[in-house]
Amino acid sequence: MIEVPTDPFGLAPGPRVRPVHDEFHGDLLEVSMGPHHPSTHGVFRMIVTLDGETIVKLKPVFGYLHRNHEKLGENATYLASMPYTDRLDYLCSMTNNWAYALAVEKLTGQAVPERAEYLRVILAELTRLLNHSCLAGFLLQDCGCSGTPLMYAFREREKILDLFEALSGSRMMCNYQRFGGCRVDPTPDWLEAAKRLVDGYGRFLDEFEELLTGNEILMARTQGVGRMPAALAISAGITGPMLRAAGVAYDLRKVDGYGIYPRFNFRVPLGAQGDTYDRYMIRILEMRESIPILQQALRELPAGPILDSKAKLRGLRPKAGEAYGRIEGPKGEIGFYLISDGGPNPYRYRVRAPSFVNLTILEDLCLGHTVADAVIILGSIDIVLGEVDR
Amino acid sequence: MLGSGILQGLAVTARNLTGSFHDPARYTTTEYPEQRTVLPPNYRNFPFLVSESAADAMGTMRCVACQICEKECPPQCIYIEKSKDKKPDAAGKMQIYPLIFDIDVSVCMSCQICVEVCPFDAIKMDQEFEIATADRFQGLLFDREKLAKPNSYFHQLHPAEAAEVDARLAA
Repeated sequence: MIEVPTDPFGLAPGPRVRPVHDEFHGDLLEVSMGPHHPSTHGVFRMIVTLDGETIVKLKPVFGYLHRNHEKLGENATYLASMPYTDRLDYLCSMTNNWAYALAVEKLTGQAVPERAEYLRVILAELTRLLNHSCLAGFLLQDCGCSGTPLMYAFREREKILDLFEALSGSRMMCNYQRFGGCRVDPTPDWLEAAKRLVDGYGRFLDEFEELLTGNEILMARTQGVGRMPAALAISAGITGPMLRAAGVAYDLRKVDGYGIYPRFNFRVPLGAQGDTYDRYMIRILEMRESIPILQQALRELPAGPILDSKAKLRGLRPKAGEAYGRIEGPKGEIGFYLISDGGPNPYRYRVRAPSFVNLTILEDLCLGHTVADAVIILGSIDIVLGEVDR
Repeated sequence: MLGSGILQGLAVTARNLTGSFHDPARYTTTEYPEQRTVLPPNYRNFPFLVSESAADAMGTMRCVACQICEKECPPQCIYIEKSKDKKPDAAGKMQIYPLIFDIDVSVCMSCQICVEVCPFDAIKMDQEFEIATADRFQGLLFDREKLAKPNSYFHQLHPAEAAEVDARLAA
């Protein structure tokens, strides 16, 4: 017997699913999508049960990329976990670094100099531009639009990665933040290049939107697909652009006001329908809001040290206690929960990975849709398997 | 009008297609082995050990086998064995030196933490990236002979930082 999610009286609105009560009498088909399917963004597997082409059940299977990140963190010193956080969500290493540094700074009571706070905001917002551009490209790739939007997005991403490489020495594995500041001070040339990139990014977004936003095929494929009610999003713990696309105004940059974000004036875009098109659109609007933040931060960047004079690199032994550091990453709330017992390693090291939590409602979004829709719903959730499986 | 969005999008792709023929900023491809892009100065790849002179690299190595990098290395790719005897370093002070200093670069994740924790400025990040080899076990296990590079090489990579390190060590 398998459970078919339909109401017995046929009263609920939404797509109809033929009630089948026995898998041998209905014509249900179980298909294993992944872990090697290219549309699953890595090694993610979904076991979908199909009635015709309609999904009646979806079971996500993850853990293929599990590499013991949290246990490694308990057996490594505080500093040694920093480069490992790059590998969680390998598109957004800067924000992962920041969240981890924030957790350790809370644990040790470490202060951060002003210039480092500004640099963190600049790099986090650049990461947001990078991640959201990639997501829009990949989403269109999932829709079957082979290459063009993805390559346009990657062209811009390449410029941001060049900046990251010039600053930190590595394109994606930046390992840039330290407890109490940052590692490398940017040169005036770097800041000039960043200003040029930020000022030109609006033009790219205009072009990207001209290409996609009004496109009838994109609208037909995404509007009304994978609709997420706000109540479901809140009860499932969804964060980030996924939650805001469902119309819930919750942005940690506003709610927590961590770092120096209260000094910046920006708006939080909200969706109305909570469908895949809204989730695409919300990312474009967030990128547009990131540009003024970046311009203000680059304009106001003060001179001064980038690392606090009391900051300790190695031999960190925080007093027994616990701390939770969280920031608004491009994918949602990325948080690190640390318990210290006074030793050189954390007693407990836990990662609250946004794309892992966001992925848990995949079945609710996909029921009643077709397999092709499941692919673009998954694409709009914005997962990175390095973070989901940890 | 239905379809206007598609036509608008096609105009964008047409503009990009023609633009890629006359705008030099759009020639993004580099024909790699013949042409090379310039690496940014901060680029890092794998560590190397700094020696004072190129002629006697083993004798003038700055490393004193304190094993801090071995302890702090996140993927634990460094293996060091201390010497039993002492040798004079560049300043003439008697120091322990590493009998064995191995880095497994197939494990190394280029995080630069060994460089940051080294109190003797003995290990720095290299920019050599063409190290592909057919021998994946011994070929990627770098011993101290292979890791040692003279200080003049470090001066080529990072002139400002190398001058600052020299001034600090001389003081």
